Amino acid sequence: MENVSFLTKNFGKYDTNAIGSYVKIGGFSALKKALDLEPLSISDLIASVKVKGRGGAEYDMYDMGRKLSQARAVKGERKVVICNADEGETTTFKDRELIKNDPFNLIEAIIIAGYVVGATDGYIYMRAEYACFRPLLLNAIRQAKSCGFLGEKILGKNFNFNIHLYSGAGAYVCGEGTALIRSIEGRAGRPRMKPPFIKQSGVFARPTCLCNVESLSIVPHLLLDEQQVYASCGMGDSIGTKMISVAGNVNRPGVFEIPFGTTVREIIYELAGGVQKNRHIRLIQFGGASGKVADESILDTPYTYEDLRAAGVMVGSGGILVIDERTSVLDFLRMNQEFFSEESCGQCTPCREGNLHIKLILDKMAEGKATAEDVKLMCKIARVMSMSSLCGLGETAQNSLLSAMEVFPETFEVGGAEA
Amino acid sequence: MFNALTKDYPLSTELQGKIDLVLESHGYDPTQIVEILLEVQDLDERHYVPEPTAYYLAEKLNVPITNIFDCLSFYAQLSDKPRAKYPIQICNSPACRVNVIDTKRLLSTLERLLDIKIGETTYDGRFTLETISCFGACDRAPAVRINGQVYDHLDTQEKIEALLRSLP
Repeated sequence: MENVSFLTKNFGKYDTNAIGSYVKIGGFSALKKALDLEPLSISDLIASVKVKGRGGAEYDMYDMGRKLSQARAVKGERKVVICNADEGETTTFKDRELIKNDPFNLIEAIIIAGYVVGATDGYIYMRAEYACFRPLLLNAIRQAKSCGFLGEKILGKNFNFNIHLYSGAGAYVCGEGTALIRSIEGRAGRPRMKPPFIKQSGVFARPTCLCNVESLSIVPHLLLDEQQVYASCGMGDSIGTKMISVAGNVNRPGVFEIPFGTTVREIIYELAGGVQKNRHIRLIQFGGASGKVADESILDTPYTYEDLRAAGVMVGSGGILVIDERTSVLDFLRMNQEFFSEESCGQCTPCREGNLHIKLILDKMAEGKATAEDVKLMCKIARVMSMSSLCGLGETAQNSLLSAMEVFPETFEVGGAEA
Repeated sequence: MFNALTKDYPLSTELQGKIDLVLESHGYDPTQIVEILLEVQDLDERHYVPEPTAYYLAEKLNVPITNIFDCLSFYAQLSDKPRAKYPIQICNSPACRVNVIDTKRLLSTLERLLDIKIGETTYDGRFTLETISCFGACDRAPAVRINGQVYDHLDTQEKIEALLRSLP
């Protein structure tokens, strides 16, 4: 398989504490180029290679370019760009590597996004678990400011922009847009009803454009990509490369950059070094805790948005959790369910009660006391949750359960009758 | 607004000075309350925000005290109850737990060495064992997080013992 480094090309190439060494390898030339362009031509460029939101929310899967141009079209003063670095999904740690190894690129990307949107402020919302990178980012922001890449009249243009760093404190739900915004406003991060949508009324009721770390990080690289390296990677409608994180029962868990179209087998057996002790794969979960599961039959599917969707899973956050034969499907579902029961914010009834009762029924199944009736009820609760929960957490919490019911029907056969 | 209460529970001048430094570094910005609470709770050896401190912060930042307690109870990393000097956080998400043997060894070794179960604190207040959701070190499992620092690849008893010994 081919090796690519597009998003990761700056990794290890400069001193992440010194802006000078970043500028030396061509840093901030994308910003200089961007400020000479029309904002809409930048969003068109991003749209032309079909960069999709890399955060992983299902309804976020539309073009990043469109998102930026829509945000620009919104009328309002003092617009905001938020970089969502609240990587709460389990098995997902790709943004950690981007922040750790290429912080200045992220800062540059946020400034460019701010220019495209017409914003005056950028916020980085980073999870408390990554607090060790706070000094790194604060230093990057300070140095960018002293070099005139942030502040008033950036590079002599009529463009003012500042970046603020905010921290979460261990709430998974704060990865959800409206919850994240409440957290930045200094309140408990509970999601709210939409509309009003974030793009019209987000943080401090200002029009807000919320993007993932990875989606933003692509932008400076794209602007400087004269040889069209990015566009030459990929397969079908999934153009370019993707950061993925592989964990679980593999020999070499870690973060990898792959061109779209790499098969799942290549990812697991070549990049991640195969399954520990050559055990069989029980199941693979794609896209973190809220992702769907598949069995071994998915190994030869190319990793693209379309092929994975056709195979019944999603790219999601880019996390791939490989589970070997030692863990049963039921045990896995119980662990996943524990996660959601813990992380539900408890605000809306379907999510709060649904997660609890599904957990109770799964526990009952583990004890062998569940009836076909219970399984039916569990299925119903899961569907009600995905239809009526307030935010994305409740809507997607049962993805793994519902997809497991399709892929592993034998697990749910209790009392002889199929559910 | 909260004078009556802050007078009832006066903070030492030394602590006030430390809290003021934290507040100053955040420009007394009430929207930064989450970071402020994270930093203030680490000023206390037991890593929590005592009630008098919460009232003091509310007064200084001019926010309702309910907002402070709402944040303290909402966010998993904030606490209004005393914790241990070293809260040992173990990841409870599937990504770590599917490494069955390593995770079981980590948990049973810690429980044996400290003679406590998950959710309990040692009698001297030095260690708590607690489970938390994913802290983003899935590739370094089995790992624990103690006061913000991740200790990774704890795959033998010796490493776990060495870790406990290394804490002052």
